[in-house]
Amino acid sequence: MIELALISVLVMIGAALAVVFVRGLMAAVAAAAVVSLALSVLFAVLRAPDVALAEAAVGAGLSGVLLALTLRRVGLWPGSPSGDGDRE
Amino acid sequence: MTDAMLLAEALGDVLYTGAIGLILLGLYAMVVPRHLVRIVLGLLLVQSGVNLFLVAVGYRPEAAAPILLGGQAIGPVVDPLPQALVLTAIVIGVGVLALALALVVRVKDVHGTLDSREVAERMAAETGDSRLMPETAPGRGAAVPAREMLEDRS
Repeated sequence: MIELALISVLVMIGAALAVVFVRGLMAAVAAAAVVSLALSVLFAVLRAPDVALAEAAVGAGLSGVLLALTLRRVGLWPGSPSGDGDRE
Repeated sequence: MTDAMLLAEALGDVLYTGAIGLILLGLYAMVVPRHLVRIVLGLLLVQSGVNLFLVAVGYRPEAAAPILLGGQAIGPVVDPLPQALVLTAIVIGVGVLALALALVVRVKDVHGTLDSREVAERMAAETGDSRLMPETAPGRGAAVPAREMLEDRS
């Protein structure tokens, strides 16, 4: 149990570092989804299965889609209409 | 002190460290980067860290999930109140995220840039309100005096 929590926390912190410091917003959005997935594993370890399900569905699914659609709308997604790459 | 108690304490330490690390990283992402999408991502990280902290507060070692099966009592359970509130907070968080991203799209449409400093400078130039001008800080803003700009480039 503690091993699973430790691994999840390490993955979560690593992905959060990637969200903050990686260049390219597409990679940052993907890392944010990884943070949510590791967090939902932690919720399951903490005996909160309902919260884990909600976090997995909402955090990794809905938030990722919202962020990706926004990036496409503002032209930061590669291949989008006014696309100038995903660099800041 | 038994082995199980030591393990439970270690689990608590790991979780609180993770939650506080997530909050600090999100705070950094909200304050230092100037790109608006990066600031929204920082908000997301802070929110996740607070959720983890609250659920970790309600955790008790050696307790079951607070779900009743068939109506019978099932011994000690973890605190269900933070879990219910965090469930609500997750859903509200999606609403906050959607609103923030809608504002980001609107800023891009109106000002044509997503750099928060440039947006502030444009607003200051358009309205003539010098209070909107960003403070002089190292960077590529027009508010930076020429000498500081030279030092910054070197």
